Amino acid sequence: MSQPEEYRPDPLTPVLTRRWLLPESWTLRHYTELGGYSALDTALATDPADLVALVKDSGLRGRGGAGFPTGMKWSFIPQPKPGEEPTEATKDAPQFKPKYLVVNADEGEPGTCKDTPLMMADPHSLIEGCIITSWAIRANFCAIYIRGEIVHAIRRLHYAVKEAYEAGHLGQDIHGTGFDLDIVVHAGAGAYICGEETALLDSLEGRRGQPRLKPPFPATAGLYAAPTVVNNVETIATVPSIVAGGKEWFRTMGRERSPGPKIYSLSGHVERPGQYEAPLGTTLRELLEMAGGMKDGVPLKFWTPGGSSTPLFTAEHLDVPLDFEGAAEAGSMLGTTALMIFNETVSVPWAVMKWTEFYEHESCGKCTPCREGNYWLAGILQRMNAGQGTEEDIDTLLDVCSNVLGRSFCALGDGAVSPITSGIKYFRQEFLDLCQAQPAATERVLAGAH
Amino acid sequence: MTQAPEQEAPPVPEGHVRLTIDGETVDAPKGEILIRTCERLGIVVPRFCDHPLLEPAGACRQCLVEVEMGGRPMPKPQASCTMTVADGMVVKTQRTSAVADKAQQGVMELLLINHPLDCPICDKGGECPLQNQAMSSGRAESRFHEHKRTFAKPLPISDEVLLDRERCVLCQRCTRFSEQIAGDPFIELLERGAHQQIGTEETAWGDGEDFQSYFSGNTIQICPVGALTSASYRFRSRPFDLVSTPGTCEHCASGCSTRRDWRRGGVTRVLAGEDPNVNEEWLCDKGRFAFRYPTSAQRVLQPMVREDGVLTPVSWVEALERAATLLATARDGAGAPRTGEDGEELAPKRGVGVLPGGRATVEDAYAYAKFARVALRTNDVDHRARAHSAEELDFLAGYAAGVAPSHVSYAHLEAARTVLCVAFDPEEESPIVFLRLRKAARHGTRVVHVGSWTTPAVVKTGGHLLGAVPGEEAAVLEDLPADLATALGEPGAVVLVGERAAEVPGLLGAVSALAGRTGARVAWVPRRAGERGGVDAGTLPTLLPGARRVDDAAAREEVAEVWGVPTLPDTPGRDLTAMLTAARDGELAGLVVGGVELADLPDPELARAALAEADVVISLEQVLTEVGERADVVLPVAPAVNRSGTYRNWEGRDRPFGTTIDPGQGGSGRVGGTAAVTLPDCRVLDSLAVEMDVDLFTQTPQSAAAELAELGTVAVTPSTPATRPSATSGGSDGPSLTPDVSDAPLARPVRLATWRQLIDGGALLAEEHDLPGTARPPRLRVAVGTAERLGLVPGEPARLGDALELVVEIADLPEDVVWAPAHVPVAGGVVTLAGLGLHHGDPVELSTGASQ
Repeated sequence: MSQPEEYRPDPLTPVLTRRWLLPESWTLRHYTELGGYSALDTALATDPADLVALVKDSGLRGRGGAGFPTGMKWSFIPQPKPGEEPTEATKDAPQFKPKYLVVNADEGEPGTCKDTPLMMADPHSLIEGCIITSWAIRANFCAIYIRGEIVHAIRRLHYAVKEAYEAGHLGQDIHGTGFDLDIVVHAGAGAYICGEETALLDSLEGRRGQPRLKPPFPATAGLYAAPTVVNNVETIATVPSIVAGGKEWFRTMGRERSPGPKIYSLSGHVERPGQYEAPLGTTLRELLEMAGGMKDGVPLKFWTPGGSSTPLFTAEHLDVPLDFEGAAEAGSMLGTTALMIFNETVSVPWAVMKWTEFYEHESCGKCTPCREGNYWLAGILQRMNAGQGTEEDIDTLLDVCSNVLGRSFCALGDGAVSPITSGIKYFRQEFLDLCQAQPAATERVLAGAH
Repeated sequence: MTQAPEQEAPPVPEGHVRLTIDGETVDAPKGEILIRTCERLGIVVPRFCDHPLLEPAGACRQCLVEVEMGGRPMPKPQASCTMTVADGMVVKTQRTSAVADKAQQGVMELLLINHPLDCPICDKGGECPLQNQAMSSGRAESRFHEHKRTFAKPLPISDEVLLDRERCVLCQRCTRFSEQIAGDPFIELLERGAHQQIGTEETAWGDGEDFQSYFSGNTIQICPVGALTSASYRFRSRPFDLVSTPGTCEHCASGCSTRRDWRRGGVTRVLAGEDPNVNEEWLCDKGRFAFRYPTSAQRVLQPMVREDGVLTPVSWVEALERAATLLATARDGAGAPRTGEDGEELAPKRGVGVLPGGRATVEDAYAYAKFARVALRTNDVDHRARAHSAEELDFLAGYAAGVAPSHVSYAHLEAARTVLCVAFDPEEESPIVFLRLRKAARHGTRVVHVGSWTTPAVVKTGGHLLGAVPGEEAAVLEDLPADLATALGEPGAVVLVGERAAEVPGLLGAVSALAGRTGARVAWVPRRAGERGGVDAGTLPTLLPGARRVDDAAAREEVAEVWGVPTLPDTPGRDLTAMLTAARDGELAGLVVGGVELADLPDPELARAALAEADVVISLEQVLTEVGERADVVLPVAPAVNRSGTYRNWEGRDRPFGTTIDPGQGGSGRVGGTAAVTLPDCRVLDSLAVEMDVDLFTQTPQSAAAELAELGTVAVTPSTPATRPSATSGGSDGPSLTPDVSDAPLARPVRLATWRQLIDGGALLAEEHDLPGTARPPRLRVAVGTAERLGLVPGEPARLGDALELVVEIADLPEDVVWAPAHVPVAGGVVTLAGLGLHHGDPVELSTGASQ
């Protein structure tokens, strides 16, 4: 984690990150001194439905990658109509079931490192966000599903939850309002697929972490088949600032359809890698300026806008506005704004192979295209990088990718083929170069024989 | 799209939606899965994970189709096995959509990259959905140049089921079957990605539970590739070399439809047949694997008569003549005069009793019933080779005889809101009834069991146990919780009664009273396949064929007229125990015995004494039993596989079956290498009767069935038993089963609860060596407090009575009750509690094994 030495209010917009550089920033004392938990009182004095409307109007979109409007997600939770009481016929209806908030802290996308530093540096912003969100959706139980490998963050979050209980922010009758909320921090066991929200819910329930069939969607039948909101850490941690600052303030940052600040994680060949919180729509050129430019001045070759599941960009895309629309219009996705930056020394087929090996390892195995497709794709790429590829392999790669993309059970398979298809799109010659001196295979092989 | 013009299209039926598939307009019920709608149109969409009786998974992605909703094409092809139909949906399958076709081809190619090309040695080759669909949706040449993933193989996941992980396409049908249908989730997915595999605790960790289920064989049948294979069938044959013949399972009263695959005179495997009304597509492991007994070395293949005390093979003619002569003499009391111990002259033994056993077909039972009345001129006939009582005769007359499936059927169980099981552990005693109860319970039916502990069947049907001290179940029925009594009064409520209710005095009366009080429908679920047919065909001392009572003169006249005889014997006959007692006491001269194992009887010692004392014993049997070893004449009869006939299942539903292997058809009929011809019981009895100058007209099962049909069934209203004439039973009360604790000289009175387990060493398990490995281990079960009081240690052996030592397990029994299986397989046979003089409800002695 690093920030530019010289504090500049613009283009950086430190909202979530504004406490990060303080000594012992993770403590309740520092959080409270800087106005923490005051948004909670505002929220608890607000009607939950108005809170949902506030977040909807703020334009906050999910920070986990897909960018789904957060307030709309909350509004999908079935609530009893005013004065509606359960009857014999409706007692098992979703609106009369308990509601749950589940925070997706299973940050595992290659290149992505925003939630982990947030939970390390400022866990209370997440906890305050959890309490406000739970109030808004009328949940009395919240689970934070955190990646099992980041033990340091798990410890810090546990400590923060304990502090919040002791301060009366959690537990029974919070701030004397009669509102009860319990937060459980649950560590996963190290499966990338458990970042997929329904696999996360199955894992949280103690089952094998594999995606569920939808519908029903979590909003009607999520955790323990009850209405559930699943939100990313950064999304939830943004909520208190919206409550405190208001929707107009929030919309002063970012762009019309993608408002607000966003943590951009820069990694790879840059002078000062780290988290840069800037308004949505900031370009890589601007971000590189803040990060001191490319490392040692070696020119940029390719980069990911939002983790390895988002199609690659090249130096041509330095001025693409990095918000949900801008990235999509340029042929990629905003994803988790994890910018992995590679200079000219890096082989694209090699990088693509490493990513594909990750997906091969992390495919949950439930559906055929992702399970078998990644096994095959990784095999071809390994062979190509070992100098044993043929030109025909490039066509096979693309065709297999087309048989995985949009054919797999969840988005893991879609993401897995992004680096391959975009890598070949922009750097086909590099793949061809690997195949030189390799004659095209001519023997006919019986299907299934090898 | 191509919908007909508005004015011509008929309105969409209520509860339906209208959609277009490949240009055809179709109405489908709301909620129907798209792939089913395609099936109804005759459009075959390839699939692996989809199974109509399992919940959708969407895992294999083979069934992708293009879908347009509200005029907008969906961006990705959709899995037709998970998508429900919607109004206005436009679907294009591989037949009309290049996108769907390419998607399917792509998935097929991916499925094959890691699949071994071992079809030539794979059991599934020739009947393999993967093989077939690779032909229809696959490519001929491979683009795969990498190394295939390999696994060690095969892994035994149980004694019966072997796993080849390389062949597995991870469709999860087996795991979903085990979890959803059987409720035995010992088989699961392990690992992830390309290393994902099916496994058990044992395959994962090297030790632990293996795949324990009475239904494990179904996973072999529904596996769409050769990943799960049967230990007993593996590498035995190619499916295209087998002849498949539909059959009916002979093992229990569930009445499952089966498919027997056979060649060269022997069955190589049995598969579940499809019958949505009965077994859907399932079969228990006993029905599936226990088919080798017809080729066992113990089979009787030739008629035998006793010469100088030794059974000697003779011709059919000689054996029948001898048997007829002996039976006529015994019937007429024309045997040698007897003198008592003090030299006084005693009345000669007179009469012959008939014990057909509980495994006869309807036609055979009819022949036994008619043979007793016409050839032997007696009502002394009783097929109940198990605990029985006079009270049960009344109950059967009121609630079982002549009752049609329209009273209580599998469908009724599924639709019922409440089902009460009395003296009936469905999983052990009628496994397919259990599956239907579990299906019902998963959809909200409350299944309540009156029993002594929470058995696996109780757990898997919702966990509702109404605890009862053995012997006092009647009191529980009389004092049901109010909500349950109310629920039983609602329309559709069912009470299922097991055959062992006869062991508890007053229990069947209490069931009857409960039915009268609540209006719940009662159904009797016996264990053996022939029990229900016997009731209807008249092999009971108080019942004639067609639910007619022996003590009803008009009924007797009806039957006599059809049979062409002047009269029928009018006194109700003796039941099994009364017959055996009379034979032992020198009153009854002879016995005709069908397939009866003495160990199954409530008092095996009495039976042995009776057989020793009787002048004449004629045995009709498939395998040589203790009865045959004592018999004067042994007449071989055909097993189900070599004959046709009908079983009537617990519902009262006829389950007809044709001959699988006809022993008369030259070489194909060879049984175990011999060219023996065995005949159905009804044919043997017919020939025997002819030798006694009586015609039964039961030469073939068909003629027996025709005559039984001609007789018909008297009108039966099972829900109002009080309108029927009250019973006057001529039978004994059977052995006294009333516990009399005050007389018992026991320091520690503990009451025994017992019933049989599904796989416990019965005669029909002969020659099947893998199945016993999947049996539930015999255990003594007691409550914690009882174990502590008696010093019993869980996991250590304890002693029941004098002779039986079994390992102790803790269960939620009432205090001072011990549960033990009624039959315990031991080396070379079975030990039965009845054989040790121990009966359900009796006080028994229970002690630590070590202290004795």
